Amino acid sequence: MTMTEFAASHTATREPILKARNLVKTFGRVVGLDGVSLDLYPGEVLAVIGDNGAGKSTLIKCLTGAEIPDTGELYVSGQQVHFKRPQDARVHGIETVYQNLAVSPALDVASNLFLGREERLPGPLGSLFRMLDTKGMRRKAKEELTRLGISTLQDVTVPVENLSGGQRQAVAVARAAAFGSKVVVLDEPTAALGVRESNQVLQLVRDLRDRGLPVILISHNMPHVFDVADRIHIQRLGKCAATITPQSHSMTDAVAIMTGAAKA
Amino acid sequence: MTQQQTAGPPSAGHADLAEEFLDRRTPLSRIRNILHRYPALSPAIVLLIAVVVFGILNERFLRVENLSLITQQVAVVGTLAIAQTLIILTAGIDLSVGAVMILSSMVIAQLAVSNGIPGPLALIAGLAVGLAAGALNGFLVTRFRLPPFIVTLGTLNIFVALTLLYSGGSTVRGSAMPPVLTWLGSTFPIGPVRISTGVVMMILLYVVVAFILGKTAWGRHVYAVGDDKEAARLAGIPVNRVLMSVYLAAGAVLAVGAWIQIGRTNAASPNAGVDLNLDSITAVVIGGTSLFGGRGSIWGSLLGALIVGIFRNGLSLAGLDVLYQTLAVGILIIVAVSIDQWIRKVKS
Repeated sequence: MTMTEFAASHTATREPILKARNLVKTFGRVVGLDGVSLDLYPGEVLAVIGDNGAGKSTLIKCLTGAEIPDTGELYVSGQQVHFKRPQDARVHGIETVYQNLAVSPALDVASNLFLGREERLPGPLGSLFRMLDTKGMRRKAKEELTRLGISTLQDVTVPVENLSGGQRQAVAVARAAAFGSKVVVLDEPTAALGVRESNQVLQLVRDLRDRGLPVILISHNMPHVFDVADRIHIQRLGKCAATITPQSHSMTDAVAIMTGAAKA
Repeated sequence: MTQQQTAGPPSAGHADLAEEFLDRRTPLSRIRNILHRYPALSPAIVLLIAVVVFGILNERFLRVENLSLITQQVAVVGTLAIAQTLIILTAGIDLSVGAVMILSSMVIAQLAVSNGIPGPLALIAGLAVGLAAGALNGFLVTRFRLPPFIVTLGTLNIFVALTLLYSGGSTVRGSAMPPVLTWLGSTFPIGPVRISTGVVMMILLYVVVAFILGKTAWGRHVYAVGDDKEAARLAGIPVNRVLMSVYLAAGAVLAVGAWIQIGRTNAASPNAGVDLNLDSITAVVIGGTSLFGGRGSIWGSLLGALIVGIFRNGLSLAGLDVLYQTLAVGILIIVAVSIDQWIRKVKS
C-alpha cells in the first residue's frame, strides 16, 4: 500500500504517540469502520477528511472513547489501551474539543479550564471545608494560556458567554491542550467561525504543534486542512482511502480521492 | 462601525465586531452586563426602592417591630426558596417543596406526640423523610430522564396524599409537642429588637448554601450542569450524581423548613402551605435566578422572598385590599422574568 510506505518514509524513526490498527465498527448491518488504521506522530497535525458517512466521526469516536470498536487495537505511546468511555481516553492524555463546544457559558475562563478537575485550597480549608483555590486556579490558568501561546484571552475572570466565537474556541482548545495532555482532537473547530477567527484558531493549532503537541483535526474545510495539516487521512466508505500530504497532492486530488473519482 | 461595514463584505467576524462595539459603548448594554455579572443586584435595587417607598407611604413600616415581623413571615418561604434555588440552578423546577415540608412536619409532630419519640429523634426522622422525598424526585429525574416539572407534579400529589393518610387530616398543636420542636418559633432580644430563632436558622442555611455554591467544586458543578448539561458531561462532570445530590440537599433543607414551620405556626397542620411551592418559585424568580438554569444567586432568592414579604406587608399597611398584594406579586414575577430574558441577551 502506497500510503503506508509513504507514512513510513515520512516518519521512519519516530514512534507514533497514537496508533490504531484495523478498527472495525458496525451499527447493526451498517458498517461504520471497515478496518481502519491510523498513526499520529509527535509534533504533527493530522487532518481527517471525508464525505458525510465516510466513517470520519466514527473513527474519531473510537479514538476518543465515545464509541467502542468491535475489533481492532489502539495503542497510546506503544501501550495497548481499551477505552470504554471518554474519561478513559482523557486519563491517557487524549483530549477532545467537540464540535458543539463543551464550555459552560456562564462560568468564567479559569473555571472552564478547570471544570471537572478543580483544585482545592491546601490545609483544612481545602480538605475539611472543601474550599476551591480560586486564586491559584486563575494564576495557573494564566500561566497555561501563556505557555500555549494563547494571547486572545487576557482576562481569565470573564464569563465565556461574553467572548467571541473564536475566543470561546480558544478556551475549549486551551482546556484540551492544558495540563499535560498528549493528543488534542479538534472536531470541526472552524465550522462556526468567521474568517478572522478561523485564522486565529488555525494559528493556535500551529502553535500547539510547534510546542510538540500532536493534533488530530477533523474538518470539511479544504483550505483550512491544507493550510495547517502535515498529513491528511482521507476516509472513504468506512476505509482509509489514502494518507497524503499537502505537498504530495493538491486540494483537487484530495477531493477526487474523497469522492472516489480518483485512486490514491 | 460604518467603516467596518464598508471595509468588506459582511461576515460573521464583522457581525461579532459590531456586537462587541455595541456592548461596550451604549450605557444600557453596560448596565445589562453589570446585571448579568451580579444576578442579585436587580432584586437588591427593587428591595431598596420598595423599602424607601413603603417607608414614605406609612411611617409604621420602618419600625423595628414591623421589620422583624416581615422577616418572621418570610422565614418558611425563604427556607423553601433555598431548596428551590438549588433545583432551578440545575434547570429543573420543584413543585413538591411545600408538600415535602408539610409531610416532614407531620411525621416530626406525630412521632413526637402520638408515638412518644424524643424530640431530637423525631427531627431526625423528619430529616429522613426530606431526604427520601428528595431521593425519589432525584431518582425519577436522573434514571427515567423525566422532566423535573412532571416528576414533581406527580410527587406533589403523592406527598399530599401521604400526608393526609398518615395524619388522618388532623392538626397537631404546638402545646402538645416537646419544646425542641417549637424552639424555632421562640424569640430572643438583641437590644430593642426581638429576633426569631427560626429567622436565624434560615439565615444560617443561606450562609451555608452560599458557601457551598460559591466556594466548592460541587457548587461550580451545579451551575455547570444547569448551564449546559452536555458540556458538563463532556468536561467529565458526573451529571447524574450532581443532580441526585442536588435533590437530596433540597430534601434536607425542606426538613429544616418543616422544623421552622412548626415553630412559626406553633402547630403541624396537614392543610398548611398548599401554595408554598409557587411562593418559593416566585421568590427565586424575583431573586434573579434564571429558570433556564446555570445563572443566579442564592442571596437573590432571600432578597426575592423579602421583596414579596415587603410588598404584602407594605401594601396592607397602606390600607390596600389583599387582592392588590396578589396583583403586585403577579406583576413582579412578569417584570423579573422579562428582565432575566433581557439580561440573557448578552449571550451573542
